Amino acid sequence: MNRLRALTRIKLGGVVLGLAPVWAILAALLLGTALIAVTGASPIEAYRYLLRGAFGNANSLGDTLIKTTTLVFAGVGMAFAFRCGVFNIGGEGQIYIGALFATVIGLLRLPPVIHLPLALLAGFVGGGLWAAIAGWLKARRGLNEIIVTIFMNYIAVILVSYFVTGPLKEPPGYYPQTAEVAVASQLPVILPGSRLHAGLLLALVSAVVIWVVLRRTSLGFQVRAVGANPTAARHAGINVEGNIVLAMFISGGLAGWAGTAEVLGVQHRLRDFFLVGFGYDAIAVALLGQSDPFGVILAALFFGTLRTGSGAMQRGVGVPTALVFLIQGLAVIFVLIGTVLRARPQLLKSKKGESVRDLVGRIGRTVLKRRAP
Amino acid sequence: MPPFLFMDRITKTFPGVVANNEVTLEVKQGAIHALLGENGAGKTTLMNVLYGLYQPDAGRIHLRGEVVRFDSPSDAIAHGIGMVHQHFMLVSAFTAAENIVLGLPSAHPPRLDLRAAGKRIAELSATYGLEVEPGACVWQLPVGAQQRVEIIKALYRGADLLILDEPTAVLTPGEASDLFRILRRLAVEGHTIIFISHKLNEVMDVSDRVTVLRDGRVVTTIETARTSPRELAQMMVGRPVLMEFERAEAQSGEAVLHVENLTALSDRALPALRDVSFEVRRGEILSIAGVDGNGQSELAEVLSGVRRPTAGRVRLLGHDLTGASPRAVIEANAGYIPADRRAAGLVTDFTLAENFILKSFADAPFCRWGWLDLQAIERHAGRLLRDFDIRAPSARVPARQLSGGNQQKVVLARELSRRPGVLIASQPTRGLDVGATEYVLRNLLAQRARGAGILFISTELEEILAVSDHIAVLYEGEIMGIVPGPGADAHEIGLMMAGARRSAPLARGHA
Repeated sequence: MNRLRALTRIKLGGVVLGLAPVWAILAALLLGTALIAVTGASPIEAYRYLLRGAFGNANSLGDTLIKTTTLVFAGVGMAFAFRCGVFNIGGEGQIYIGALFATVIGLLRLPPVIHLPLALLAGFVGGGLWAAIAGWLKARRGLNEIIVTIFMNYIAVILVSYFVTGPLKEPPGYYPQTAEVAVASQLPVILPGSRLHAGLLLALVSAVVIWVVLRRTSLGFQVRAVGANPTAARHAGINVEGNIVLAMFISGGLAGWAGTAEVLGVQHRLRDFFLVGFGYDAIAVALLGQSDPFGVILAALFFGTLRTGSGAMQRGVGVPTALVFLIQGLAVIFVLIGTVLRARPQLLKSKKGESVRDLVGRIGRTVLKRRAP
Repeated sequence: MPPFLFMDRITKTFPGVVANNEVTLEVKQGAIHALLGENGAGKTTLMNVLYGLYQPDAGRIHLRGEVVRFDSPSDAIAHGIGMVHQHFMLVSAFTAAENIVLGLPSAHPPRLDLRAAGKRIAELSATYGLEVEPGACVWQLPVGAQQRVEIIKALYRGADLLILDEPTAVLTPGEASDLFRILRRLAVEGHTIIFISHKLNEVMDVSDRVTVLRDGRVVTTIETARTSPRELAQMMVGRPVLMEFERAEAQSGEAVLHVENLTALSDRALPALRDVSFEVRRGEILSIAGVDGNGQSELAEVLSGVRRPTAGRVRLLGHDLTGASPRAVIEANAGYIPADRRAAGLVTDFTLAENFILKSFADAPFCRWGWLDLQAIERHAGRLLRDFDIRAPSARVPARQLSGGNQQKVVLARELSRRPGVLIASQPTRGLDVGATEYVLRNLLAQRARGAGILFISTELEEILAVSDHIAVLYEGEIMGIVPGPGADAHEIGLMMAGARRSAPLARGHA
């Protein structure tokens, strides 16, 4: 009997924890209802406005999916680095440099057939090289990648500001922005009545490709081995340093595509501060998606929905838009708790005479002590 | 007069192990008392009981004639006991003075008055020759100086009984002789010192009396002047050989691993291997005996390609692998069982199937054109689980879920399935129970019979005597001598493990 109970608990625990992002999102939304109720509004009404704001018409649906696209690119990028044990905080900078490289190609006069592919390639390489610098400094010089990538974010943003106010400024020259990129280099709109562009498809394909690479190729095997235990990987003859640099290149390249898609698909020119904070949101998305490409897609859609719908919610029932940040944060925290509990299920067993408060406190401390995923 | 310290029949058990079995220890005031024994003999456990870190299951502690009970180290400190752990308990970003007063109330609260503390530290330094720069940050200090900070920290808290756990393990020889000078000075001034060690020459050098522990029991307590290193070695390692294996006569072939004048540094950039030379022949087991920390891990790391030697040559199956990468060593057809299977041998978050191909994931049949063939990987895993009798629900469980013995079987299965020409096995039985140990040793013998050359690094003399064709003894990074395995004399090897060179008349095991 006891064995049976233990068995069902393990099985159930496995399923529950396996779908951690879903449960974390639901739990965060549930806790969100309480927070909405505190403001005096009806939670159901609030969520109704939120959903209508995010999906109510072609235009809003398009905006939601554009935000999702950005977060899928950058989120999958961050997730790939995490899987190699590198904590890439540099999504923001990689987005900017990717956009810069793509813009430079987009501004050229090139045969239409190759213009878009070349601009995309440039965007990937730009973000990838920017990230690979940090990867190389970590692998060869032992510099902490968190510090280096954060610093490089500032450099990248300022670099873009320099280019759009200087060498790449549009000819008449009043605003800090470049001229419009060639039409042949732009990503086509795929949802009439909205701004949604083909970047979404590329993002989804990228996520699938990364999933396949991680699971089914020798490259993914090496990257995961380095991420899970670099010492054992080195003993097994795997080139740890090379894999770190390569993983950062791919990670940064995908983040670079987030910026590229924004320029080639939405704004059609590069402005300074053209996309603020998405590099950091991508980290949260990667965490919430548990560094799994499909989890990242789900998490990106969740973030995109909340961001786009929050305005309608505020107008409709007066709940401040800041609430969605709370819900996002709660979801990430819940999924991290789930990760720790899956790795150390013994934490769930309460010790003799331990109150619920102590148990929660103990789990909380363990979660906080854990570094990168 | 009652003795200064009297630990009366102390028993301490851990799940499955009796660490201390009715251990009685009597220490006189002002004496330097050595606690000698092999790894796992119970020395540190006994001292942790005295320091209040563990509570004994049975037995009593008398200090200065009174029965005492320590529930925590702070009780022990309040009774004048100080302990310097093997791994220092210092905050490296703080200065020496800050570390010394750490946790003590300030003389003028709420201000942190380091000046008064500095004066007292200077006094202690001068009295005992403990040279320390109070304003220097600990991370800037050499290890010897950090240890002096630890000693001052204990004295500052009023310790007159000082416990040092393997204090020379991290020191250079020069730093060690400085330490011994300080210890003698402390003893002259009336401090009592208990000194944990497994190095015979140190015990002979510095102690007044010595207690030998073996398997959790006291073998004897004796005046150091009335014993000899030979006698101490016998008491320390002299237990009967329990393991017996049927072994065919060695079918020695040509040399497959050739190590010449190998020299290498440790992580701390101290000499770890000095001029090490030996060779392993096909169909033979050459064992490296020695007390832990005498260069074994560095030797295994150099041979497996994860540590670069500073001099010397390594030839393996016809390839010059001096300073080669781990990949080159693997491709030369060497198998390697690292001492720390969880840190270096396995990716514990990977499944068993993935761990089985950790070295061959890029080779056919597991991989074609960069694509993993999951079916081939799965078939391979199923075969190894069966052949090596690994107790696991399936090949899809992560390695961390397995017991230590089964984890080691996974490493063994991976290495042996590659049919290595040379197998380097570093402490392959560490932490395993008797059954798993026997399993590992039988597999080494099976590889020997297959014709592989085997380098077996172990701190367990018993196991070495059971399987070796030749035994080399490593002491402070040097080979003390190489003796034939069959009929080897445990006492002689024990002496070499303690630093005695192989006596001249006996021929070397093989050139």
